[in-house]
Amino acid sequence: MEPILLSRRGLLVSFALGATFGGRPGMAQTGRSLDANEVDSFLAIGGDGAVTIYTSKVDVGTGVATAICQMAAEELGIPMARFSVVQGDTALTPDHGGTGGSSGVPRGGVHIRQAAATAREALLNMAAERLKRPAAELTLADGRVQPGGITEASLIGGKRLALKIDPKAPLKEPAEYTVVGKPFLRPDVPAKCTGRQTYIQDFSVPGMLHGRVVRPPGLQAKLLSVDESSIRGIPDVRVVRIESFLGVVAKDEWAAIRAARELKAQWSDWRELPGSDGLERFVREGEVGREQTIVNRGDAASALQANGAKQLSATYYWPFQSHASLGPSCAVADVREEGTTTIWTSSQGPHNLRKFLAKMFGIPAEKMRVVFVQGAGSYGRNGNDDAAADALLLSRAVKQPVRVQWMREDEHGWDPKGPAQLLDVKGALDAEGRIAAWQTEMWIPGGPSGAPALVGPEAAGIPQGRGQSAGQMTQNGDPPYRAEHVRVLARTLKDTPLRLSNLRAPGKIGNVFAVESFTDELAAAAGIDALEFRLRGLSDARAIAVLQKAAEMIGWQKRPSPNREKAGTGMWFGRGMAYVHYKQAENHVAIAMEVMVDRANGKIVVRRVTCAHDCGLIVNPDGLRNQVEGNILQTLSRTLHEEVQFDQSRVTSVDWAGYPILRFNEAPAIEVALIDKLELPPLGAGEAASAPVAAALGNAVFDATGVRLRKVPFTREHVLAEV
Amino acid sequence: MPQYKFRVNGREVSVDSWDAEQPLLYVLRNGLGLHGAKFGCGLGQCGACTVLLDGKVTRSCMTPVRTVAGRAVTTIEGLGTPEKPDAVAAAFIQEQAAQCGYCTSGMIVAAKALLTGTPHPTREQAKESLDGNLCRCGTYTRILNAVMRAAKA
Repeated sequence: MEPILLSRRGLLVSFALGATFGGRPGMAQTGRSLDANEVDSFLAIGGDGAVTIYTSKVDVGTGVATAICQMAAEELGIPMARFSVVQGDTALTPDHGGTGGSSGVPRGGVHIRQAAATAREALLNMAAERLKRPAAELTLADGRVQPGGITEASLIGGKRLALKIDPKAPLKEPAEYTVVGKPFLRPDVPAKCTGRQTYIQDFSVPGMLHGRVVRPPGLQAKLLSVDESSIRGIPDVRVVRIESFLGVVAKDEWAAIRAARELKAQWSDWRELPGSDGLERFVREGEVGREQTIVNRGDAASALQANGAKQLSATYYWPFQSHASLGPSCAVADVREEGTTTIWTSSQGPHNLRKFLAKMFGIPAEKMRVVFVQGAGSYGRNGNDDAAADALLLSRAVKQPVRVQWMREDEHGWDPKGPAQLLDVKGALDAEGRIAAWQTEMWIPGGPSGAPALVGPEAAGIPQGRGQSAGQMTQNGDPPYRAEHVRVLARTLKDTPLRLSNLRAPGKIGNVFAVESFTDELAAAAGIDALEFRLRGLSDARAIAVLQKAAEMIGWQKRPSPNREKAGTGMWFGRGMAYVHYKQAENHVAIAMEVMVDRANGKIVVRRVTCAHDCGLIVNPDGLRNQVEGNILQTLSRTLHEEVQFDQSRVTSVDWAGYPILRFNEAPAIEVALIDKLELPPLGAGEAASAPVAAALGNAVFDATGVRLRKVPFTREHVLAEV
Repeated sequence: MPQYKFRVNGREVSVDSWDAEQPLLYVLRNGLGLHGAKFGCGLGQCGACTVLLDGKVTRSCMTPVRTVAGRAVTTIEGLGTPEKPDAVAAAFIQEQAAQCGYCTSGMIVAAKALLTGTPHPTREQAKESLDGNLCRCGTYTRILNAVMRAAKA
């Protein structure tokens, strides 16, 4: 078997040969320790002074691998240029969690930083013994012990430290940082800009066949019959049928594509979806599986009905959305007759995928290896895990390695989706125009009933565990502003029309859309400027700082909304803002934006976006900025354009025409202010800045037009209907 | 099996294809080992498969191999290496104008065509010219910065 080493230096994709399956539990096939408590599991210093980091956190284009190296390089005093990373290989990397929930830096990076700090202490002690000087007088820099200049490689190179990670090993003082906080360039970018990066879509192994899966016309339709003569003219194709799982494999990829397209099959009629039109009603009236009180402070019900208070209520809706990865999901599987299985995938959770597939297919976990290979951006669990199961099913059937790449209609039609959200919000203002009471009730499609975990095995009749979770959907349903009486109630439905998955900032974007839009509704009802209204309800200095900074950058002029001065010639002009304290515990982010709305055609033009972002300690400011910008643009896309359409049988928005995303000519100018907190732990940045975007946009549109958009997406038709 | 002869990145190539309608994309990727052009949609909607055909921006996923015979194809691999990138790729690297990078080959090839015909475009012209190329990670502003940087270089 061949481990793939994705070098941080970006150019090298090397294959170490000769590793075999088996071995002691807790040891990799290579003899590496996989114990997540051991320093050696996470880092190795070679005889040449090069450092290899091993992590289950994978870099899907977020720059997390670079940030993790910076954190380790800082503690070890070894230059960044000597680092490389092995990511998400179940045979080589310890499992310290999958990739998601913005956990790469705050959990993965912090864990590896502690391993590096433990190693530093050990190296200093070794040097002290050799140099006959107290360790306290020695430091590590440029790969050497100072003073004296002996190399770290000469102390430990090629050998194991054999140490547990010491949670008390002292960390370098932030004031002395020379690597953390610097905008190191990502080493993967040169290969990506010259067509030399090996993506999973480009990956191959000897003897590999190309597979495609033929999906039914109804999500859970049964396969009745297949007419193999319909593809007789296509060379070297085999049809694989396992119950209702239907696939083709061929030596030539184009042959597999044509065969999958042209193969005639009869399917049962299946029409059990509610359809995306009228989904709001389905969500509101669906059977509730679990009701949770998320927040219950004071007595919101009574306070909302108190005499004299000004009361408002509104309903917000967020639709089903797709990860819509630009590169359809892909995987290569090699199921060997001697009982070993290898999967190459860009799954964000290779270790969990192995557990899941091993159990499902009855393969002992130590006989299965899952290896991460860079893929197209996924933003959560897209179709990659499904593609891995598809490839496994086909490889097992034909006894050869098989590569499966989904087609565009597979990706849009069959990736598990970010769920719809329906929120009823009620609020009351006191006589001074402050929030007296607040209530949020949310409805979220749930599972697992009717929600197969992976589509291929489901069709093949292989029993599976629970359906996929959509992630932490209920956070940020309460306002971050002072209010005595607050209640947040979450109702998770027993069922979901479409399979669920975590899609970037699960639930938080929709919840903050409702909470921060409604905050503006209250401010407008009180006749108070939106910034002023927020500041009056805040006491946290970090919250106040980001709001003031975003407002200052956009040139915020204090006045109540809506804007009384319209821009000329049929365009309305407005500005809006929104704030989030992510998960009520993490990043502070404020976003402000300027929009123009064309009253003739309903088109929203976002002109400028400003963002102030505080995620504690900043590891790589350029990587962070790239993530913040991406959060803003992707969420503008989700807010302006995106809604999964489906009929009674299947998803019908299966290409970029049916499921449009943001384009170049809609890209606004973006200014990001990063607030660095050297004394605080680093938080993740893959999600938080996405949370306030939709609300800031809705608030700007209200300021421009006086019309409140409470339903996403803000398409031209939707805007025209409202104004 | 029918053979098709054309030039790729300045080199004469001859490829076999059992189907004259096979899109150029698969011939490049599987026949010639040039993986820079990506499969994104197969519908000409996203631009991930963009190459230059006789210097013109072309969606290789929609271009039958028979129509390429005797013509000149330029792929991202023809625009420099990681060690010696072309000026446009170099500007993308300096601006870190990529996240996952799956769209990047198509972006750079399309930007190259723009800058060849219009060496000093306005930002609006660049937006217009690249509008058929989609990015899902949200790097449009960085890509525009890179194109404008390359135009200045």
